[in-house]
Amino acid sequence: MNQVFDDTDRRLVLATQGGLPLVAQPYHHLAGQLGISPAEVIERLQRMLTDGVIRRIGAVPNHYAIGYTANGMSVWDVPDRRVDELGERIGALEFVTHCYHRPRQLPEWPYNLFAMVHGGSRGEVLDKVAVIADLLGMEYAHDVLFSTKI
Amino acid sequence: MIDALDRAIIDRLQGDFPLVERPYAAAATALGIDEATLLDRLQRLLDRGLLSRFGPMYQIERMGGAFVLAAMKVADADWQRVVDQVNAFPEVAHNYRRESAGGTPFNMWFVLATENAGAIDELIRRIETVTGLPVFAFPKRKEYFVEMKLTVRG
Repeated sequence: MNQVFDDTDRRLVLATQGGLPLVAQPYHHLAGQLGISPAEVIERLQRMLTDGVIRRIGAVPNHYAIGYTANGMSVWDVPDRRVDELGERIGALEFVTHCYHRPRQLPEWPYNLFAMVHGGSRGEVLDKVAVIADLLGMEYAHDVLFSTKI
Repeated sequence: MIDALDRAIIDRLQGDFPLVERPYAAAATALGIDEATLLDRLQRLLDRGLLSRFGPMYQIERMGGAFVLAAMKVADADWQRVVDQVNAFPEVAHNYRRESAGGTPFNMWFVLATENAGAIDELIRRIETVTGLPVFAFPKRKEYFVEMKLTVRG
């Protein structure tokens, strides 16, 4: 947990969470808005990147608009002692965009590993889920949940 | 249409945007174009909805907040009422109806975001009170590394 997240950081987050200004000198622009120097804006962003408060800075594509019209949340019941090893391997697959260990909710929900899979169609997503099943190498119970409505 | 330059911008600028005085100029050089062209293209990609944002992606948990996946079992007859009630909470985002082939009973999935991690339990109770249905929380225990890698298709 970051210890030194102060009010200026907070204002910087609010000023940039919708995006960086599309001007030649965006950090100068933000500095003017926040009443601090451009160097301080850069320093604070750099610190937040280092601390993991910022994951990355760049283009955030709209998955649907760039051709990933199907997304499936694949969920797996794997032994707890193997969840980290398997999670790391699934996360490394190029078509997996999020991969998490989450709690089971027994009895309704036996799954503890969640991997979001994107594709151009449900069939393609299911093919990719089959790749994950092969990688796991054992018959672990799983399901795939497709989004149908926003 | 997405041309080769749009594709290069979307695929290659998903991270490592420089923290320098003229970052768009630096990023443009790496793409073999000039600053004005990159700014113009980014604006058009945003306007066309190909990019949802250009800038920092924040991780709310690192700021003391919480981001929790939650699910409910909602009967079709109640669906619209419950969607409206759940989405009326400003802390609710990304509410999707999800269907499974495997008989999973949870069909409404959404994300709860609070600035203070301690507020999640209370928020869940409020949603349960308003809807009259239980809310199941799936807080992340661990996140596994993924590459930023969804490139333009086709």
